[in-house]
Amino acid sequence: MDVKKFAHERKLAAWNIGVAIASLIVGTWFGPLQLFEHAGLNLYKYLAPGIASYYQGLTLHAVLNALVWTTFFIVGFSTLAITYTLDRPLKYPWINTLALVIMVAGLIITAVPLLLNQATVLYTFYPPMKADPLFYIGLTLVVVGSWVAGYGFYFTLAAWRKENPGVRTPFLAFASVLNMVMWQFATLGVAAEILGMLLPWSLGLVKGTDTELARTLFWWTGHPLVYFWLLPAYISWYGMLPKQAGGKLFSDTLARLAFWMFLLFSLPVGFHHQYVDPGVPAGWKFLHALLTFTVFLPSMMTAFTVIASLEMGARARGGKGLLGWVLKLPWKDPSYAAQNLAMILFAFGGIGGLTNASYNVNLVIHNTAWVPGHLHLTVASGVTLTFIGILYWLLPHLTGKQLFTRKLALAQAWTWFIGMILMSNSLHLLGLHFGVPRRTALGASPYNLPEWRPFQIEAAIGGVLLLISLILFIIIVVGTVFASKPVEKPVEMPVAESLQDPQLTPAWMDRWRPWLAATVLLLAIAYGPVLYEMIRTAHFVSPGFRVW
Amino acid sequence: MTQQGLHIDPYEKRWIEASIILLVVFALAVGISGFVFGFQVPIPEQRVDPNTITESGPFANPGLRELAPGKYEVYILSQIWSFVPNEIRVPKGSTVTFYVTSKDVQHGFLIQGTNINVQVLPGYVAKLTYRFDKPGTYNFVCTEYCGVGHQAMYGRVIVEE
Repeated sequence: MDVKKFAHERKLAAWNIGVAIASLIVGTWFGPLQLFEHAGLNLYKYLAPGIASYYQGLTLHAVLNALVWTTFFIVGFSTLAITYTLDRPLKYPWINTLALVIMVAGLIITAVPLLLNQATVLYTFYPPMKADPLFYIGLTLVVVGSWVAGYGFYFTLAAWRKENPGVRTPFLAFASVLNMVMWQFATLGVAAEILGMLLPWSLGLVKGTDTELARTLFWWTGHPLVYFWLLPAYISWYGMLPKQAGGKLFSDTLARLAFWMFLLFSLPVGFHHQYVDPGVPAGWKFLHALLTFTVFLPSMMTAFTVIASLEMGARARGGKGLLGWVLKLPWKDPSYAAQNLAMILFAFGGIGGLTNASYNVNLVIHNTAWVPGHLHLTVASGVTLTFIGILYWLLPHLTGKQLFTRKLALAQAWTWFIGMILMSNSLHLLGLHFGVPRRTALGASPYNLPEWRPFQIEAAIGGVLLLISLILFIIIVVGTVFASKPVEKPVEMPVAESLQDPQLTPAWMDRWRPWLAATVLLLAIAYGPVLYEMIRTAHFVSPGFRVW
Repeated sequence: MTQQGLHIDPYEKRWIEASIILLVVFALAVGISGFVFGFQVPIPEQRVDPNTITESGPFANPGLRELAPGKYEVYILSQIWSFVPNEIRVPKGSTVTFYVTSKDVQHGFLIQGTNINVQVLPGYVAKLTYRFDKPGTYNFVCTEYCGVGHQAMYGRVIVEE
């Protein structure tokens, strides 16, 4: 690869990914602390007054890990995936530089009230809990910055298409741009919530707010948000991991079809987070349940294509038997191993997700410990462990230094995997069997029952492993950047070839307008009438409260 | 193969068909149980003004009322960080209709060991009905973060023999 050609892109990616890693490292500490607190070991008293409460720590954990780590990583990773596979630098590099500046400014502005305990509202910031206005302003800037990054990508893809008429867009570039487009639609909800309701209210310009309307706008964004995190992991599984395993992308056509389905169906599903809301009619909830089942289909397609692609690699490496080929996968490569372990946990996360989506079945687990159990299999494992696996080639690629070290990285991936199993298993069971609430300082709770204790101890053991994994991760990152030897030959981004010539993929799968029109139409059907009614009947009656 | 077209491997085709059938079966199961057998999610009941909720109406004087033998309604007001009332007693076999709202921030209302689970929003009243056939103590807990005292917010339904 021509290093000079992509110097600016690499710099942008390095900045984005540096901020992402820093956020993950700061935010992750609070996770195990929460598990220890539930099991009776309260370490927060040693953090006071810096961290005032369990809930301030929980807010930092979720904002830094779920919002900051993911968004910055995705923007950085997409910059490389798009420009490298188009073999073309960014059309307007200044747009993406501007995006980074806006995002970092937003992060700093958000961090101030978070660290000063002026915005202990968790990452859902449900009104009428009212945070400092800077919290809303900062979050808005992070999102706007990510939009601007998307615009930079759209211009680049448009320029490439002009230069390459009739050529199918390379899969990695296509899928990465699609994710940014989906994000653009997704974030319209939270943008309307913050700019139209919460920011003027927190500034004192309007007196009251409507909680159900705010929740509906939040969850317009809230579910596609998880697909925004997930699709880059899928991009790596489809388009990079087969190469790392010595195989090829099994079906270019179906991979693209799956991504178009994600654009269509990740968006109109927000009410499945609001099944127990008292202000949404049952019919709309059920419509979103059906659409949520639909978005499960491209994930099932992904499971087939990805496993088939990896099996081809393993068989090419001498794998035999119905399942024996699994042993021939490159388990000693930490980048591969981390991502395969992430996939295994994600499969269980998917099954749990289908349970969550199942309308009335959801009543059994809504707002219980089951939910963080679920999202630690999805976001914290399927996504985060995949991103960590990506870092194990990306760090050597960007720094030109050897990974410090392969063995430490394998240990990091496995401790994360086992820690998450213990933790998620017990959280799922606590929610399912006992109705234990989520995001609650249970150690200080008068209703914490002795029957829950064995599960809480299991989760805390998971927390110890995750803490070890975090420490290993810090050693690996710091060691690679500052103390490692240069690589013997440059580490390149793995790009899997397609088994079938991408030019054979039908042309209608490389046209944007019909799919974008269908996306808008589906959103209008799934949200239009109900949102119109909610806005028409909104009562902006709730004043703000500071309850921390 | 030189022709363009939607090429799908036969195994993959079967996998996709099986996935679709599975999802249709699941959708039918939840749809029929919800809309035919009545295992329903909470639906809009009533809008109120959270600023005046304690001045007049049933939430000015929340609590349990017997409507008929074995039939009760209970108005529960959620506030930081308690439920009012936080203890109700009913005989075994009673059908209880809960009306729940908040006078301040969002709360949650979940009765452990039952399907009663609702988001409690200021400005909105939720209505839920449950028949308590087994005697015992059922804790109800706040399931939505509502501030630093959130973990203390609970109450109980005592079902007597």
